[in-house]
Amino acid sequence: MTESKRTPLYETHCRLGARMVDFAGFAMPVQYTSILEEHAAVRERAGLFDVSHMGQIYLSGSGAVAAAERLVSCPVASLGQGAVRYGLLCNETGGVVDDVTVYRLANQALFLCVNAANTEKDYRWMLAHAGEGVQVEDRSPRLGLLALQGPASQAILERACGLALRELKRFRFIEGAFEGTRTLISRTGYTGSDGFEVYVESETTLRLWEALLRAGEPFGLQPCGLGARDTLRLEAALPLYGHELDDTTSPLEARLDRFVKLAQGGFIGAQAIAKRKAQGHPRLLVGFTLEERGIARAGHVLAHGGKAVGVVTSGAPSPSLGISIGLGYVPPSLASVGTQLFVVIRERNIAARVVETPFVKAPGPRRS
Amino acid sequence: MADYDIPDDRRYSAEDEWARLEEDRVSVGVTDYAQQQLGDIVFVELPAVGTTVEKGEPFGVIESVKAVSDLYAPVSGQVVEVNTDLAEHPEHVNEDCYGDGWMLTIEVEDRAEYDGLLDASAYRRHIAERKG
Repeated sequence: MTESKRTPLYETHCRLGARMVDFAGFAMPVQYTSILEEHAAVRERAGLFDVSHMGQIYLSGSGAVAAAERLVSCPVASLGQGAVRYGLLCNETGGVVDDVTVYRLANQALFLCVNAANTEKDYRWMLAHAGEGVQVEDRSPRLGLLALQGPASQAILERACGLALRELKRFRFIEGAFEGTRTLISRTGYTGSDGFEVYVESETTLRLWEALLRAGEPFGLQPCGLGARDTLRLEAALPLYGHELDDTTSPLEARLDRFVKLAQGGFIGAQAIAKRKAQGHPRLLVGFTLEERGIARAGHVLAHGGKAVGVVTSGAPSPSLGISIGLGYVPPSLASVGTQLFVVIRERNIAARVVETPFVKAPGPRRS
Repeated sequence: MADYDIPDDRRYSAEDEWARLEEDRVSVGVTDYAQQQLGDIVFVELPAVGTTVEKGEPFGVIESVKAVSDLYAPVSGQVVEVNTDLAEHPEHVNEDCYGDGWMLTIEVEDRAEYDGLLDASAYRRHIAERKG
């Protein structure tokens, strides 16, 4: 077994008593005290996550925007400086290489924040398909990333960094400084609650972490691990690569239509995605809740009319709702809200129903 | 290192269940070590009264937010009582694993099975060895 990589906060997590697990080749905290407590902290107050394992791949040069337009499913040329967009890197068959956020830094510079498990793959993919006049650079090893999530995030970050963030809208970012080093603060996240992600130099990550925890103390800020990150993103019905998305899944099967410039086209996989849509998707992603006791888990069979019809891609008890929730793929004829399904758990059929997603709608930035 | 409560008044299996003998009945639950390792318990699936369980074989399932684990019978016999409160309150396993978090009462067939389980100090060593 190869040694797990460490983020700049590895020792800090251990000192805080976190349970560490290997995730995408990194030793990461899955929980500090309790997943349920950490989940509640984010929904009610604020939580701080080390997500330094995530990758950042930079594109620069006269061909950077054209390269990004070709590489990702969302429009990039129209993305203003200081704006972020979610999109998919797709392959020629219309499957998903990765799901990413695209940051427009300048006219000829942008970067993609990518999944830790895919950083290497994405980097090679981007190098191979970037085309002329563009430099592709993986800066992940030099960057830390902290996610500060929850309704108190703005107040905490303002206090820690001395910035006014009320005007920073969702999916916008600003560049700033923390203790003399550059940071980038974006109003984004993977929890469904209001919050920020702060990119910072590796060597400053620990000082920023400590400053945020100090500033957050009166607000009840809590360090949070990957366990809570997963239950939070599932409540928000945000896809997780390797679960809802993979190299064979069309983004449209995953219901990510609004992040795919299908009419405009021009990105790798666009034609295949359009063709697969025209042929009719064999399966669509749905959200469901369980109507009996039990917990759906990834890999469980979804059944209808006594037959296996699909599979659960993610499932967990929803700490906010107090019921079990899940995402899974079923044929389009069974994808309408209200459809009765069964989750086969240890050979028993547990009743479930297709519901609207997100499961939980947390309030966004306050607009007062 | 975390501290684990391991009371002297009962015996333990290597799979982290406790067993407490009262006359010819053994009550069963999971240990403090097990509940700490599992984290927040959100679901417990137990057999019905009247079911027969085999020593070392799974009798039920315990689920935390992230993981599913089997529960193993520390002794063989017939299930004579089940803690049905755990269906509604699985968190009792976290809060009071040796009390309100009990799971089953088994009518013991062979007293020697119980006597062969680990005592508190042997179980404490077992945990320490596993942690490396």
